Amino acid sequence: MSATTKPVNQKAWFLILPVILCVAFSAILPLMTVVNYSVQDIISPERRVFVGTEWFAAVMRDEELHSALLRQITFSLAVLLVEIPLGILLALSMPAQGWKSSAVLVVVALSLLIPWNVVGTIWQIFGRSDIGLLGAAFKAAGIEYSYTSNATQAWLTVLAMDVWHWTPLVALLAFAGLRSIPDAYYQAARIDGASKFAVFRYIQLPKMRGVLMIAVLLRFMDSFMIYTEPFVLTGGGPGNATTFLSQYLTQKAVGQFDLGPAAAFSLIYFFIILLLCFILYNWMQRVGTTPKEGAGHE
Amino acid sequence: MDLVLDSIVKRVGAQVWLHGIGMALQPGAVTVLLGATQAGKTSLMRIMAGLDEPTEGRVRVDGVDVTGMPVRERNVAMVYQQFINYPSLTVADNIASPLKLRGEKDVARRVRELAERLHIEMFLQRYPSELSGGQQQRVALARALAKGAPLMLLDEPLVNLDYKLREELREELTQLFATGDSTVVYATTEPGEALLLGGYTAVLHEGRLLQYGPTAEVFHAPNSLRVARAFSDPPMNLVRAQATLGGLRLPGGTELPVALPGGHGNDGGDVTLGLRASALRLHARPGDVAVQGTVELAEISGSDTFVHAATPWGELVAQITGVHYLELGSSVALHLDPAQAYVFGADGALLLAPARPGRN
Amino acid sequence: MARITLDLAHSYRPNPQQDSDYALLPLSMVFDDGGAYALLGPSGCGKTTMLNIMSGLLVPSQGRVLFDERDVTRASPQERNIAQVFQFPVIYDTMTVAENLAFPLKNRKVPEARIRQRVGQIAEMLEMSGQLDQRAAGLSADAKQKISLGRGLVREDVAAVLFDEPLTVIDPHLKWQLRRKLKQIHHELKLTLIYVTHDQVEALTFADKVVVMTRGRAVQVGAPDELFERPRHAFVGHFIGSPGMNFLPAQVQDGVLAVAGQRMPLPRALPDGALRLGVRPEYLALAAPGQAGALPCAVARVQDLGTHQMLTATIDGETLKVRCAPEQVLPGEGGTVWLQVLGEHTCFYQNEELLA
Repeated sequence: MSATTKPVNQKAWFLILPVILCVAFSAILPLMTVVNYSVQDIISPERRVFVGTEWFAAVMRDEELHSALLRQITFSLAVLLVEIPLGILLALSMPAQGWKSSAVLVVVALSLLIPWNVVGTIWQIFGRSDIGLLGAAFKAAGIEYSYTSNATQAWLTVLAMDVWHWTPLVALLAFAGLRSIPDAYYQAARIDGASKFAVFRYIQLPKMRGVLMIAVLLRFMDSFMIYTEPFVLTGGGPGNATTFLSQYLTQKAVGQFDLGPAAAFSLIYFFIILLLCFILYNWMQRVGTTPKEGAGHE
Repeated sequence: MDLVLDSIVKRVGAQVWLHGIGMALQPGAVTVLLGATQAGKTSLMRIMAGLDEPTEGRVRVDGVDVTGMPVRERNVAMVYQQFINYPSLTVADNIASPLKLRGEKDVARRVRELAERLHIEMFLQRYPSELSGGQQQRVALARALAKGAPLMLLDEPLVNLDYKLREELREELTQLFATGDSTVVYATTEPGEALLLGGYTAVLHEGRLLQYGPTAEVFHAPNSLRVARAFSDPPMNLVRAQATLGGLRLPGGTELPVALPGGHGNDGGDVTLGLRASALRLHARPGDVAVQGTVELAEISGSDTFVHAATPWGELVAQITGVHYLELGSSVALHLDPAQAYVFGADGALLLAPARPGRN
Repeated sequence: MARITLDLAHSYRPNPQQDSDYALLPLSMVFDDGGAYALLGPSGCGKTTMLNIMSGLLVPSQGRVLFDERDVTRASPQERNIAQVFQFPVIYDTMTVAENLAFPLKNRKVPEARIRQRVGQIAEMLEMSGQLDQRAAGLSADAKQKISLGRGLVREDVAAVLFDEPLTVIDPHLKWQLRRKLKQIHHELKLTLIYVTHDQVEALTFADKVVVMTRGRAVQVGAPDELFERPRHAFVGHFIGSPGMNFLPAQVQDGVLAVAGQRMPLPRALPDGALRLGVRPEYLALAAPGQAGALPCAVARVQDLGTHQMLTATIDGETLKVRCAPEQVLPGEGGTVWLQVLGEHTCFYQNEELLA
């Protein structure tokens, strides 16, 4: 059925006025402050010079920024490439009904409940060769493993940590999508003699399109803004091997107190995410779109 | 309730779902909205209820313009296809909810009365999920009746029920509506249901209102080809013909003597002959015109046989009383009384309809 | 093409004790090769359970299923080689119409050229040749059902095609076309077709033989006219026909039949005791006042149903419906009408079973 077009009720505005004021205070004003800072050079609390778009230009030219951006994009892509298929696979193997289903759902969702800095700490200890299971296992297998000194290993560890932490989200979304497929489709596929893979490719995957789109968008946005976990685990090191965009930004703003460029950069950051999500969303909408049949109006 | 729709247009994006519908509902009677799926029945009902606003046009109740009024303020009851009840309330609470909202006294007695009317008094303490489809729909109906609203809207309420259950509920509905004084609007895709409910029928097609009037009248005197097509089950046989002085010339040369209204007889213009399946017979009567054909299919449905024959006039379907076993491919002669013919002009408008048999 | 033999019962409980524990009471039935059968009954009667047992989607808790002489009770749907069409169209969204139809053959590794030929043949039979390259997802409900049907027919060695209320989502005037199409396909391909429905018009027009079921029991199996003229069980009389059979309580004593307070001579030998008299609306006729075998009734309503008129009358608290020709002159509401209830089509039932 079509969505209800409710007639506009002007009185509602008064009811939400308190909320608007709170949001303005906590969100909009700080945002305006950021915009303010991004166009000024703050030499000292009293001396501020309006510099227009100078900071923006400087930020765009910053070499370190470019490399941080590249690292970030690579990381986000890697996250998507690993987590989405893994999540789908996990969802396919989860039982559909009964007490086992509830039990598995709880176990799978556990890692989502852990505070993010604790996740970082867990993996920090996990990877140590003296007291961590992973570290000890590598040591026993004779592999040199140190995420503090080896850049590639640090990268892979951060990736593994993110996969461990967030794949369950993809799995839960995919599981919900799978449950909504009516039984008749599976029965028809059995009768048609379709192999398990054909069932996956022609029935399950197309029907999961909606939830997968949500999963991809969520994971992409979250991984693009990732801060706490890599910061706790590696601190951005070794060197700047795992310094992703948000950490770079924080270093600039809080560490070096370059408020101007930091503010300019955070605005740019915001727009990059917005743009990438927009492109991604439209692309996914177009792929495999069925023409709307106008269902709902009778 | 006197409900008048004035040039209602509903546009959604680039699509027009309703084209200029104007209708004055007969107060206190049942109006059936008949049309195929996506003809605009649900859109129209939602506008009548106040769930949606029309893009153009006004809705007037008892002379007052209520177009912008939200549904909460209009006194409307609605029953849906999908047996909608409050799942967490018992049947008794479900039926009582509109009464309690109005702050009525003596709720328990009224609930029992309504439950008895709909034959669900033994389920009062159960939850809707424990009941069968037909019983759930009765609960929804009881709740709608409890509201006592002057306008009751039913959107294909029986379509998800078994055939026999549908028959039973339809009987009960006709009796329920006869006693009440609400205006009832009932949407359906089945012409048979419209005839069984009686009252008035509005035929909708692709968002347009084609005809509105007493059901029997709309059936026997459809004002256009489209209405005739929409309001017949089995589908009406349509044959292209030419108008002549004496009547019609049909493919294959047969002449059908009919008296066309003045001005259409002698121009040889294209017309369409409409024959209801029940107008064709196997046995000839005096004055009949016959057409020879080959049997393509004979369907037996209990008391009637539906014969599909290929004839020089095209494919015809005849509804013959009684059970007849006909061999596929055999020859058959179908007879019809010219007085049973419908004639539609080249533009689809009705030129001639059979005279209705008199009754006291 | 196969001859299906059922000799089974089914219960969802491990130890069924009474009749109500069974979804399908013990039954024994044979579906001939190439026949068109309908399983007709209200919801919950067990018809879908029976269909799923035949297709292999459900294993009966006791008994066996034979295809020709092969025991297939535990065989999968693929092994039985059946095709099934469901209530709502099941198609592969991402494929075109042609790819949908070719899918079962591809899974069986049929050579490409043969697939193309077969798909073309079936598409023509279903009048969909022009839509072969369109995406299946964008089509109307009846086109999608035709594709579902086509997927079942495209396999040449299919043993039987099973239909589970396939016309539920189709508009009335398209239902006609699809039913016709099904009958034509039956005549051309001579497949065993089994059709589950609660709509008696669909069942009677489609099938050569109809199995009428209620509460897990097959109450009568017969050709449409048999079920109509001589229903062997009161349920069949009630369920078949629109509206169904009229029933009146009757009492036989000392050679006299008492119906609704009126006494009549016995039309034929009947046992003493309480009976039910059943007569269909199509066979009730208006009679002259006082005629033998007629009852005086009060007219409750006269409806114009287009192709006929329906007269509703009451007598002694019972309701009778009479189907009359459109041109017949009928008394108005509140008037009296005499109805001839005894005739060659009148049936008598004791304990719901037909008395010979």
